[in-house]
Amino acid sequence: MTQLLLFNVTNGLIIGAFYVLMALGLSLIINLSGVINFAHGGFLVIGGYLAYALTPALGFWGALLVAPLLTAVIGLVVERLLIRRLYGRDPLYSLLLTFGLAFMIEDGTRFIWGAQGLPVTVPDFLNQPLSASLFFITGYRLFMVAVVAVAVAALFLLLRYTRVGIRIRAGTLDLETVSTLGVNVGRLRSLNFAAGIFLAGLSGVLAGGQLGLDPTMGAGLLMPSFIAIIVGGVGSLPGTLVGGLLIGVAAGVTAVFFPSASDAVMYVLMAVVLLLRPRGLMGEEGLMT
Amino acid sequence: MNAGGRTNRLVLAAIWVVLLAAPFWLNLVGGYTALGSRVLVLGLAAMSLNFLLGFTGVLSFGHAAWFGLGAYGAGLALKFVALSTPLAMLLGTLTGGIAGALLGALIVHRRGIYFAMVTIAFGQVFYYIAYRWNSLTGGDDGLRGFSRQPLAFGPMRVDILNNSTLFYYFVLVCFAVAVGIMALLLRSPFGRTMLAIRENERRARFLGIPIELHIWIAFALSCVFISFSGTLYALLNNFADPNNLYYSLSGDLVIMAVMGGMRVFWGPLLGAAVFVVLQDYVSSLTTNWMSFIGLLFVLVVLFFPRGLLGMLRQRRVA
Repeated sequence: MTQLLLFNVTNGLIIGAFYVLMALGLSLIINLSGVINFAHGGFLVIGGYLAYALTPALGFWGALLVAPLLTAVIGLVVERLLIRRLYGRDPLYSLLLTFGLAFMIEDGTRFIWGAQGLPVTVPDFLNQPLSASLFFITGYRLFMVAVVAVAVAALFLLLRYTRVGIRIRAGTLDLETVSTLGVNVGRLRSLNFAAGIFLAGLSGVLAGGQLGLDPTMGAGLLMPSFIAIIVGGVGSLPGTLVGGLLIGVAAGVTAVFFPSASDAVMYVLMAVVLLLRPRGLMGEEGLMT
Repeated sequence: MNAGGRTNRLVLAAIWVVLLAAPFWLNLVGGYTALGSRVLVLGLAAMSLNFLLGFTGVLSFGHAAWFGLGAYGAGLALKFVALSTPLAMLLGTLTGGIAGALLGALIVHRRGIYFAMVTIAFGQVFYYIAYRWNSLTGGDDGLRGFSRQPLAFGPMRVDILNNSTLFYYFVLVCFAVAVGIMALLLRSPFGRTMLAIRENERRARFLGIPIELHIWIAFALSCVFISFSGTLYALLNNFADPNNLYYSLSGDLVIMAVMGGMRVFWGPLLGAAVFVVLQDYVSSLTTNWMSFIGLLFVLVVLFFPRGLLGMLRQRRVA
């Protein structure tokens, strides 16, 4: 029983780390641009498939680095061409546009790579289990958590200490003032969007190595990311971090006792949070509500 | 003003003539009666959503949940409770309406993006329930084993089961009743208050209007209407499946409303007609219809954000 519980808690943490990576990217874009990027799952899929296509040429490590960057470039183009026109308009429109993009990306990947699942080949040593008693923790899972931890730490450090990061945080609170202080808000938003999409691409590569790729994987991961953001509090990146880990663990623990409800438990968690603390665990009152 | 009133009455008459005559002209232009019924049902669903979206200005992106609850409610009632079409519609409408009212109470204090995200996420709860609860809902295969029942008015029986034209008229009557109530509500002081909230929430609040209460009532009413249309959808197909609850249907309903014109009462019906016909046509041509629907979303947002009727109206004013 302890073994089983431990297994599921670890599992939940790993899945949670994954939600965190995805949700942080979404959260960045929501906070600065007020765009709910429904195509975020689509960019995750693009990242994964790019890694699949690049692995033969660059190897796993090269793909891990290059695929998210390429995804971010694609994201940048999409932002410049389409999403930028919708800033300042009713959020309904950006929601609908990215919704349509998500359809097109899913269908496009199916068209190019087919509907069957494809693997991202991971170096052999990462596939070894850690030890006989901890058989369920493969090296790859630890590696995933490590990459997520590094990415999250890097993101928070960048936002805390660099000039661009400080501008992004300031823009989240009051974009107008930031603009009057002479910051090029358009460029700031593009950069911020690309950073969010980079995280989505990175999630895609990592997910591909663990679960394999299929065109619908992004849509399935989108909902937990939304819930992570709502539970943590819209507008708060640390909140998103906590929210993601929390729903991951909650789903993992539920899987021990009541497997068929493991999908539903995060919704219950969200309802409880909204009932007791509507702004979310770490959300600020009045911001984005 | 007088001339405008007359035009409106003419347009209204034209709409009803077209709808009443649909079984006769649909076949001539290559359609079929069930397609007409589908347009009416989804049109009613989009209009119900627009009651909230276009006239109260509240962005709900999870309305498929209430639509699907209506469909499952009606299906389950026919299968397990009694073989009665009206009873199934009543129970289905209550299922979605009550669930929507309860959830609405939880979220009316949220606005904008936050509201949209919460409605999307909560909508998925019912999808997972329908997907997982195999013994009751049939899971991924959908709910089968029920069919709409002929109507009985005393000794007279109307066989809406086997005669698709009669069923079309049955749907049209239901549609007319629902849409009529909606129009009356929008003309009432309550409806005017909804518009006031849409136009300027802060000012409405300063006038002493209880905003949250009004938004909650509008949300609940919208859920009741859309569940009602969901029950019709189950009767149309004699089938309900988890996709009736899935968030992509919510997106489809929103795009119908936007494409037709959110600010115009009849807009969503036109949007639904265009969407349903296009989907029917494109999916018969290519397996990549998802890309076309996605492209439609993008094009509508970029080039027709006011919708077809919204643009017409603007031109008339200008």
